[in-house]
Amino acid sequence: MTGSTEENWAELMLRVRDLQDEAAFAALFEHFAPRIKGFLMRSGSTGALAEEVAQDVMATVWHKAHLFDPARASVATWVFTIARNRRIDALRKQRRPEPEDLGWGPEPEPDQADVMELQQETERLAEAIAQLPPKQRELIQRAYFGELSHSEIAAETGLPLGTIKSRIRLALDRLRQAMS
Amino acid sequence: MPIRHHLSDQLLMAYAAGTLPEAFSLVVATHVSLCDECRARLGAFEAVGGAVLEEAPEAAVSSGSLAVTMQMIRNRGKDPIPAPRPVRQGLFPAPLRDYVGGDVEAVNWRSIGGGVRQAILPTARDASVRLLFIPAGHAVPDHGHSGMELTQVLQGAFRDEDERFGPGDIEIATEETNHTPVAEAGLDCICLAATDAPLRFNALIPRMAQPFLRI
Repeated sequence: MTGSTEENWAELMLRVRDLQDEAAFAALFEHFAPRIKGFLMRSGSTGALAEEVAQDVMATVWHKAHLFDPARASVATWVFTIARNRRIDALRKQRRPEPEDLGWGPEPEPDQADVMELQQETERLAEAIAQLPPKQRELIQRAYFGELSHSEIAAETGLPLGTIKSRIRLALDRLRQAMS
Repeated sequence: MPIRHHLSDQLLMAYAAGTLPEAFSLVVATHVSLCDECRARLGAFEAVGGAVLEEAPEAAVSSGSLAVTMQMIRNRGKDPIPAPRPVRQGLFPAPLRDYVGGDVEAVNWRSIGGGVRQAILPTARDASVRLLFIPAGHAVPDHGHSGMELTQVLQGAFRDEDERFGPGDIEIATEETNHTPVAEAGLDCICLAATDAPLRFNALIPRMAQPFLRI
């Protein structure tokens, strides 16, 4: 498995989900574990704790693989949410109230076009972040590393979030329809 | 009725980043449970988090790290696939039910005068959150804030200054807001309200009572 686009990560993730494929998991681990560890260290964790938590996050990725929905989030986004929750739990020692699941039971197989478009939007978003003026980009990174409080977060991000929001909204609407 | 008052970008980004105080997170999670628009916006802010993680400075993991993780996976066994959740019957979305220990009938209300009742929910102490019960047509005592207050409507509606907040709506009040929410006639109003500073009541009695009410 080579390449590093979001498409490949999603493919690997689905192999973990559907086939418990350890080689696919190893490739995901190699890519994400050092980033999770680096992310946690930027968030104030020691190296030893960050490594322990990164392993726990990756184990959770395996165990929760059946909840991964490529029409609603990229692999990086999904891994980020797991790492974030573990950071709150392990580093801040707080509970994390999560929104209600949408409760539609066994997932209908998401539309391939939806999956592709979300992946493309995710890549576009990453490019947009890379192209922000350095100062603005740094503010966004600091917000996610946990260095800014909610009142310090800038109201204007300068990011084109409307398109990715619309993609997710569409996926939610389809799932709601499938439920009713 | 469609939701007209939504979460701000700042709150959604802070919740996506995982930096909000627990009490605020509970209100955000409750609103997102009721509002697909904010759920999709939250998804976009989480995608920003994914991009930040992707570009995070890499820290090499030790050589045996993958093997340790595979061992953890084998020891833990597979998480059961959760049974489909029944469609919500009660008033409270799941995150709020978790904190109350049930739906509205499980709330341990205490009177704070004027027919208004409250129940403080247990969270980390950097902010506080409570359920408020305001009888139809009654007002919450006039109060200002030294911080931020989020008020999520669960049942009924209230008016504050010129705005109406109905089921699903959230009011975001700041230090500048000196407001007197008044419940509409009709259904009694039930709200979930979080603040990161003690409320300042503008009347003498509530102010004296404040230390005992823990608000």
